[in-house]
Amino acid sequence: MRRPGWFGALLALCLAVALTFLTVPIAAIFANSSPADLISSLGERGSLDALWLSLRTTAVSIAIILAVGTPAAYLLATRSFRGKALVVTLVELPLVLPPAVAGIALLAAVGPSGILGGAVDAAGIELSLATAGVVVALTFVSSPFYVRQAMAAFAAVDRSLLDASRTLGASEARGFLRVLIPVALPGLASGMALALGRALGEFGATLMFAGSFQGVTQTVPLAIYDRFSTNFDSALALSAVLVAVSAAILLAVKFVQGGAALGGWQAE
Amino acid sequence: MKRALALLAAGAAVAAGCGSDSGGGGGGGGGGGSAPTRLVVSAAASMKEALTACAPAFGKEANASVKLSFAGSDELAAQIRQRAKVDVFAAANTKLPDQLHAAAKLGTPVKFATNEFVLAVPKDSKIRSIDGLTRSGTKLVIGSASVPIGSYTRQTLAKLPPAKRKAILANVRSNEPDVKGIVGKLTLGAADAGFVYVTDVNATNGKLKAIGLSKRLEPQVTYGAGVVHGSKRAGLAKRFVDGLTQGTCADALHKAGFGPAP
Repeated sequence: MRRPGWFGALLALCLAVALTFLTVPIAAIFANSSPADLISSLGERGSLDALWLSLRTTAVSIAIILAVGTPAAYLLATRSFRGKALVVTLVELPLVLPPAVAGIALLAAVGPSGILGGAVDAAGIELSLATAGVVVALTFVSSPFYVRQAMAAFAAVDRSLLDASRTLGASEARGFLRVLIPVALPGLASGMALALGRALGEFGATLMFAGSFQGVTQTVPLAIYDRFSTNFDSALALSAVLVAVSAAILLAVKFVQGGAALGGWQAE
Repeated sequence: MKRALALLAAGAAVAAGCGSDSGGGGGGGGGGGSAPTRLVVSAAASMKEALTACAPAFGKEANASVKLSFAGSDELAAQIRQRAKVDVFAAANTKLPDQLHAAAKLGTPVKFATNEFVLAVPKDSKIRSIDGLTRSGTKLVIGSASVPIGSYTRQTLAKLPPAKRKAILANVRSNEPDVKGIVGKLTLGAADAGFVYVTDVNATNGKLKAIGLSKRLEPQVTYGAGVVHGSKRAGLAKRFVDGLTQGTCADALHKAGFGPAP
């Protein structure tokens, strides 16, 4: 035990400030919505529609992100090629884009009068003001969260593991699926949690690109904004549900990581 | 806890990205005596162009730095109910100012302008009248029920024969939180038609065209404003509100296509 000096006290103070700042607003949501409010707000048709839509669109978008993002991240983590730094920067760019910019960018690219709008239309796909558009918006803004984390997870894996599997005759594809992914799993899971959280909370790009229509494009954050003016209690209750779902995701990932950490490897 | 809620409300306002600082005050800060007073004005999204244009001139006259915040009138009213620090509230209807006045959140509201409720379509659209909205596949974008433009839209649609109303409502693809959301979807080609104010169409520089409605269908659109209770700059706020009916901002509103107060 060290004697706590001024530096230790400063650290503790900063943590206390950060903790208060981050938890008081969330606590306020629950302090202002009784469990009865919560349940009655969920009983409203619009709320259930919004929750169901959010879960569906987030699930599809996460599935796409995992399927495409995992191999892409593996490539970026294990190969070196000219212009790699540029590619990584481009992939990460949506991380720092304001959501409104993402919405405009999607409209300009795949909206009806966007540069690829004609091709999308010709393919018979309807994106703007449609549920598919919500998935596109969620995927666009949240995939960099996963790819970034997945790259770090793959890069941290001991190369000798993969080499060992290769010397034992396994193909690279087999090594990737059977060795790398299991070992990098905690890192991949935390990347997925970040992407999931971002997708569930997406607001600006969805509103601009997909619009807001109950049951079709109005996700939970849009429903919360819609209620904010007319029914603040209902907006609070719906927010409480979103907090609970997000917290559950975070806890589930911590649990997965905790399990994997017993194997001797800790993410990050 | 009330304070925490006010913070949340303020946070929501910022998150909505509606704030736009129109640093009035005038460039030659050295000339004036005291520093300009900050005046926070929450105004309906439909007044964005007009008020952004006149705020600097008002700021110069009154030695004030006018901070404008635009959003759907209903969102702004909700922020004021949650005690957001706002000095002036200017809405796209008289209902919200009257409600806030009745709740002792706003001084006596004044009617300062009128607007025309129209059907807006892209300039090369084939839609000629409200009847063109019944065709299946037409993408119609309207305001959500809580925002004034959305409630005017519902008033108008309610006057139509039920079959026609149903056909039009079936084509609604998005309920936007404010009128600028509707205009944006139209100018970017994401939607075929929308109900907005004629001033919004004027502000698109010909990208959209306005289709007027028959007198029977057209709702009376009157804008109301007032000084928010508890404003620390009530005198200046009163001056701004008065300026909406006479002065630089009244001129700017007129130029944008707003009608004079009834």
